[in-house]
Amino acid sequence: MTTRLFGEGIARREDPRLLRGEGRYLDDLGSDALEVAFVRSPHAHARITDIDVADALDVDGLVALYVHEDLPARLREPLPLLIPHPALTQPRTACCLADAVVRHVGEPVAMVVATDRYVAEDAAERIDVTYEPLEPVVGLDAAARGAARVHDDVPGNVAAALVQEVGDVDAALAQAPHTLDLALEIERSASTPLEARGVYARWDADDGTLRVYSSTQTPTSVRFAVAAKLGLPAEKVECVAPDVGGGFGVKIMHPWAEEILVPWAARLLGRPVKWTEDRVEHFVAATHERAQTHDITVGFDDDGRILGLDVRFRHDNGAYVPYGLIVPIITATQLPGPYKLGAYRVAFESLYSTTCPVTPYRGAGRPQACFAMERTVDAIAARLERDRAAVRAANLIAPDEMPYDIGLVFQDGRPAIYDSGDFPATLAKVRELIGWDDFPRLKAEAAAEGRRLGIGLACYVEGTGVGPYEGGHVHVETSGRVNVYTGLSSQGQGHATVFAQIVATELGVPLDDVHVTTGDTRRFPYAVGTFASRAAVMSGSAIALAARKVRAKALRIAAEALEANPDDLEISEGIVRVKGSPGDAIPLKAVAVLSNPLRYAFDESARAATQFALPASEDRPPIADDDEPGLEGRDYYSPLRSTFANGMHAAVVETDPDTAEVRILRYAVVHDCGPLINPRIVEGQIHGGVAQGIAGALYERMAYDEAGQLTNASFMDFLMPYATEIPAIAIDHLETPSPLNPLGIKGAGEAGVIPVSAALAAAIEDAEGIPIHRMPLSPDELHALRARAGGEAS
Amino acid sequence: MKPPPFTYHAPTTVEEAVDVLAEVGEDGKVLAGGQSLIPLLNFRLAAPEHLVDVNGIGALDRIALDDDVVRVSAGVRHARLERHQAVYAACPLLRQALVHVAHPVVRNRGTVCGSIAHADPAGELTAVLVLLDGTVHLAAQRAGQLARRDVPGSDFFRGVFEADVGADELVEAVTFPRLPARAGSAFVEVARRHGDYAVCGAGATVQLDERGRIAAARLAFISVGPVPVAVDLTELLAGAAPARVRLEAVAEQARAAVRPGSDLHASAEYRRHLAGVLAARALQEAVADARDRRDRRREP
Repeated sequence: MTTRLFGEGIARREDPRLLRGEGRYLDDLGSDALEVAFVRSPHAHARITDIDVADALDVDGLVALYVHEDLPARLREPLPLLIPHPALTQPRTACCLADAVVRHVGEPVAMVVATDRYVAEDAAERIDVTYEPLEPVVGLDAAARGAARVHDDVPGNVAAALVQEVGDVDAALAQAPHTLDLALEIERSASTPLEARGVYARWDADDGTLRVYSSTQTPTSVRFAVAAKLGLPAEKVECVAPDVGGGFGVKIMHPWAEEILVPWAARLLGRPVKWTEDRVEHFVAATHERAQTHDITVGFDDDGRILGLDVRFRHDNGAYVPYGLIVPIITATQLPGPYKLGAYRVAFESLYSTTCPVTPYRGAGRPQACFAMERTVDAIAARLERDRAAVRAANLIAPDEMPYDIGLVFQDGRPAIYDSGDFPATLAKVRELIGWDDFPRLKAEAAAEGRRLGIGLACYVEGTGVGPYEGGHVHVETSGRVNVYTGLSSQGQGHATVFAQIVATELGVPLDDVHVTTGDTRRFPYAVGTFASRAAVMSGSAIALAARKVRAKALRIAAEALEANPDDLEISEGIVRVKGSPGDAIPLKAVAVLSNPLRYAFDESARAATQFALPASEDRPPIADDDEPGLEGRDYYSPLRSTFANGMHAAVVETDPDTAEVRILRYAVVHDCGPLINPRIVEGQIHGGVAQGIAGALYERMAYDEAGQLTNASFMDFLMPYATEIPAIAIDHLETPSPLNPLGIKGAGEAGVIPVSAALAAAIEDAEGIPIHRMPLSPDELHALRARAGGEAS
Repeated sequence: MKPPPFTYHAPTTVEEAVDVLAEVGEDGKVLAGGQSLIPLLNFRLAAPEHLVDVNGIGALDRIALDDDVVRVSAGVRHARLERHQAVYAACPLLRQALVHVAHPVVRNRGTVCGSIAHADPAGELTAVLVLLDGTVHLAAQRAGQLARRDVPGSDFFRGVFEADVGADELVEAVTFPRLPARAGSAFVEVARRHGDYAVCGAGATVQLDERGRIAAARLAFISVGPVPVAVDLTELLAGAAPARVRLEAVAEQARAAVRPGSDLHASAEYRRHLAGVLAARALQEAVADARDRRDRRREP
């Protein structure tokens, strides 16, 4: 019997502690720290002509305040461009504190350090900044017009332009029996984690070391970024991600200005310094995503098979592009979804505007891609008067065509090759789960009662588990405790549960013995970060490989002790046994003792490892030349390419004929992320993703006015849905394994959010008979669409 | 999001409270449930120099019923009034409206009098006060003495966040008349999310005659003007059998009466449209409520 925990839907081990309020989030740390508040630009675009701090100096409790000119040279330079790309010909990034010009509301202008946050805000309020307003550039139309420039030296506000083409699109469109043009739009939203950003730094003068705590998705990279900006050896900088209350992408962005300034001030002042972002700051000064407009031309045959697809889209990257072109590249490369497109060309422009910068938010360009593709497929079905599911079936890539090269270069710079999946099976499952074939009857019955029902369907393929690598370290203590370390950090995913399940399964130890530490550079310094649905694939695989190393070493040592062949041994419940001979056994913790010969007997188990306790072998050293002390293993996983998960969602909605409110009656998800490590956690990820998808489809938007003011920067006006707005979600899985990693797994973190806007738009369109080309959609807008369509609405 | 500095006062009697208010004048603000005031402070949208916390005044923590009215003192939380069975029997519109006020955690802290004093045009209780023509009881210090005055509910609201209450006055209590026999009430609204401020909301009271025909009907709307908008349907509906009411005419009268504006969440046009939809719904629910009440009274 081996311990088999992989695949079990066990409860999350993190939750009891977090639910009891014992979590340690950023603001729970550093009760003795000085606190920081920032003076931020109230203008979307302005030149700073004067900063008068005299009044602030009178505030009791003020410790320090800084503006751009006060910073050392390294901190006056623009922040790094994290992901350069040849097409990004006009990259611009912000400075830590604005240098002469501000380009979005919320851009930091001055930093105040005080005894507490109240005092810091009092002082910040008294700093008098004189601005000379410049022309704001808000929205894609204004950005593209280019009448006003966000950056003086960037004509047309174009940061980047990129074209990818597979096949000859012009020829395909010219020969297609039918063509259609569509204009499709998705508005801005944002990750909006319940815990906003935060940084807390302590300078240890005795050790000459800096410890930085950050609410981040990538502590390893924050560490190197801080070391570089502060001119410290990396060895003198530690970075820890404590409990993190959600990230959803915004916290993969780094180093934030605040993430540099707070450690810098802590070192300069020789005192602990903390900045906890408040909600208003987070709305205007973190990052957003999603805003894109897409112009599409599609050519297709009588069966709805797509012969050519030409997509031109504009991406609003906000005031700066610190994270490069990742989002529009993902849109461009994930747009084909599960379909064979014939010829495909995608061209995008990434444009500057005087609004909050854009970096990936859960889904990262895929919700837009899915919306563009799926609305196109629905439009084809409508034109041909064919069943929407049938048109999809006619275009799907067949399972025997895997691996399937879509001919594009993915966000990791590697070819986008679908590794696995069975799209027709997924479609069959989702039709079943939502009741697709029976829906016309349901709709007719409802119509007889004066009710409007509609059904919609949306499919996606999601590149997950991108490289370059992650590592894992598994260490068995002589107590039997198993420590697992990986460098990427956790923001609520359940890593402490699933990584323990992997190790318990690989090593044959009880789950309770396994302790997982993530996101602490003191424990594991090599890592990339938590994003792109990659943690399970990357760190999970690395940890599995590390555990296999430990297992091999344990079996070797145990075989010697038991005078048996390693191949005859098994490990279960933390005990190594000779198969079929249960009496011949040694606990793993005893193997750990044997693995580390000792001179000093400081406790009972150490006594068993001392030089006179172990069987002496005079003809070889206590540690063999090719061996190391300790029962531990470290390994890395670096894939050739990304894995591609897939799924399909379907929804039945009811629209109120009078109020235009939309109610979701049924929601179905079929999802293929390969073998499930923990079905309960995967379903939790799907639930959360769908909730965020519904948010983006029906509730959330970033309401910038023409002056570039964000008019809904609070949870009163930014309509993040409550549990009351989220319906029950029916879920079914396919588990087609990926050939690319040792566990066969594919990512699951972002999946739930991707097709929701597409599925709901389709369902609302079906209920109303009015084309839906833009999301999110509010009741007010649906009411206006009805009026415009001259429908039955009174 | 931290409040600017202020001086905190914690009186334990109404007399002390009005003394402090008289002393600090325009620089003071009464703190009760704090569900609107504290966010305003934290956003630094308001910066009163003095906060007069009335939560410690035991005498204000009272709900009193007599033959005519329900009297709700300044310390009473929404949740307590909402769950009060005798109040529900006497004045069902209070519970019918209160369940729409934000979420249970807000209702656990927020006060009825505070919500009325705040005069938010989206506040459900403003419409209740106007619809029932309740009374606002104010206390102040005048020439060293505790002085009281009453304002009729229909005259109380003056504009957005503006009411007939002076900086030195405390809303000590509000009274709501009991629902007469053969009457019913309802409150309906459309909100973007469960518990949000209404995009449009409507309260209704209906008085039936002995034959079950409509004797009187009134509506009051929130979120469609700077103050709650009352609409008297009696002229239109008096003598009509409820089943024969022309709901379209009701909707039209409502749409003609409201003065909505546009904001982030809804256009004026949509709000006006909703006022008509909700007028019809509220009226129908109030009729059903009146019949329910009548039937329950008939049961042994």
